[in-house]
Amino acid sequence: MMDGLLDDFLIRALLAGLMVAAVAGPLGAFVVWRRMAYFGDTVSHSALLGVALGVLLGLNLNLMVTIVCVAIAILLVLLQRRQELASDTLLGILAHSSLSLGIVAVTFIEGLRVDLMAYLFGDILAVGTNDLMSIAIGGGVALLLLILLWRPLLALTVHEELAQVEGVPVLLVRLGLMLLIALVIAAAMQVVGVLLITALMIIPAASARRFAATPEQMAILAGIIGMLAVGAGLWGSFQYDTPTGPTIVVAAMLGFILVHLLPGRLIPHFGGR
Amino acid sequence: MNRETPSPHAQPATDASPLLAARDVSLERGGRVILDHVSVQVRPAEVTVVIGPNGAGKTSLLRVLLGLWKPGQGRVQRRRGLRIGYMPQRLQIEPVLPLSVRRFLTLRQRAPEAVLREGLERVGVPHLLHKPVQSLSGGEMQRVLLARALLNRPNLLVLDEPAQGVDIVGQGEVFKLIDDIRHETGCGVLMVSHDLHLVMAGADAVICLNQHVCCTGRPEEVSRHPEYQRLFPETDMQGIGVYRHDHDHVHDVAGDVHEHHAGCGHAHRPGPGGDSR
Repeated sequence: MMDGLLDDFLIRALLAGLMVAAVAGPLGAFVVWRRMAYFGDTVSHSALLGVALGVLLGLNLNLMVTIVCVAIAILLVLLQRRQELASDTLLGILAHSSLSLGIVAVTFIEGLRVDLMAYLFGDILAVGTNDLMSIAIGGGVALLLLILLWRPLLALTVHEELAQVEGVPVLLVRLGLMLLIALVIAAAMQVVGVLLITALMIIPAASARRFAATPEQMAILAGIIGMLAVGAGLWGSFQYDTPTGPTIVVAAMLGFILVHLLPGRLIPHFGGR
Repeated sequence: MNRETPSPHAQPATDASPLLAARDVSLERGGRVILDHVSVQVRPAEVTVVIGPNGAGKTSLLRVLLGLWKPGQGRVQRRRGLRIGYMPQRLQIEPVLPLSVRRFLTLRQRAPEAVLREGLERVGVPHLLHKPVQSLSGGEMQRVLLARALLNRPNLLVLDEPAQGVDIVGQGEVFKLIDDIRHETGCGVLMVSHDLHLVMAGADAVICLNQHVCCTGRPEEVSRHPEYQRLFPETDMQGIGVYRHDHDHVHDVAGDVHEHHAGCGHAHRPGPGGDSR
């Protein structure tokens, strides 16, 4: 019966989107707290390079995307340490050159018909059962890693030196965060595409802030809001025959606007301590 | 807690080896010499204060001593079993991160609410436990940071500009609080400050730093030292001992003065709840 259900491309698309949103939301909370939005953007733009390399080397694309994303993230951190160029300049250089390099490399591969638009803006309706499996594995590993790293990551986010004095292995935790971001980007690529992945992380988290009284509430709410956006976006794209990835982001944006238009007294505040 | 009760923090009085020591430490960053052959030590149950002009390398020395930065040369020794309570210079938490004081206190280790409340009570702000950290004033934040540093019962308290962002009256209170806590717990204190007047009075040892160690010793020795007088020409001995002001009123960290009836004889602590907002 499960097989029969998964035969429906719409069900597969919905499942893939929900799984990705469920982990992109909580991770997005960290991206927002740590002001890493542009960082996430840069790393996700390099994902296309991972696709090209994966095809060239005949390796699993998701694995290759994850590896390239981690590599770019580490390169970024190393370059930022040298402090010769401002962070945003570095991010801009890496984001756009890795994206362009990816596009150029993809078109160079002979005999391969890559639908560039599908990678840039996502192609959730084409998610197959195998893709669903790899999204489930990647997303599951990311979620597990996030839960394991939660407390040290939070300590690091509040004050890095204080955390270090108190015995948090700062370098290791930061590396873990990069791996997390890379895993989520690889999983989210098919859903919203490399250009829009960051939106799926930060918009739900930013909406969740208005309701949350604790970090955990914000993370979980971000996941739920992201899943709602996926559902609404999928429905909208079917209804109005629009590209699915951007429609999901538009749905998330409408949610964000709605949340911020609500007068404060209508916002339910979860008791928190 | 009062001074008669023996405290679990107290070091055995016989053991006088330093808690923390830098031996011939040099540090360069970005081609600039920040620390130049610095040797200092922090002894148990003493207040050691690092003073020096802006850019003297005070915070860098602290970072090296805390193990956050590796010195280019020299080494740092810690006594075995040293528990450090660290209070960073200032802490600004993004408004987008929903975090209560309670949660902030338990970021690293969980603790029962009674312990947290007691800790906040000791620094005079028990009413803040469930407040969002972003709503605290500068002085309240410093107190919460101090409470957090004390949570794991440190035998060394490391404070980087503990009165930063607190007005001049509140600064006296913060230093008084640190002094009280030091006497109660018997922990050593290492403090960086440029507020000479306030810190010199409570210090047991002063390290005057300007890339290298200009002079060290008891406050009165250091203040007579020619290098100190060259660095801080406007300072004279009258500036030291600021705690000896009239005790006919109480002021809190926020700087509000609370009238007191004349001749009250009790020790003057910050009034609980005095600076809520």
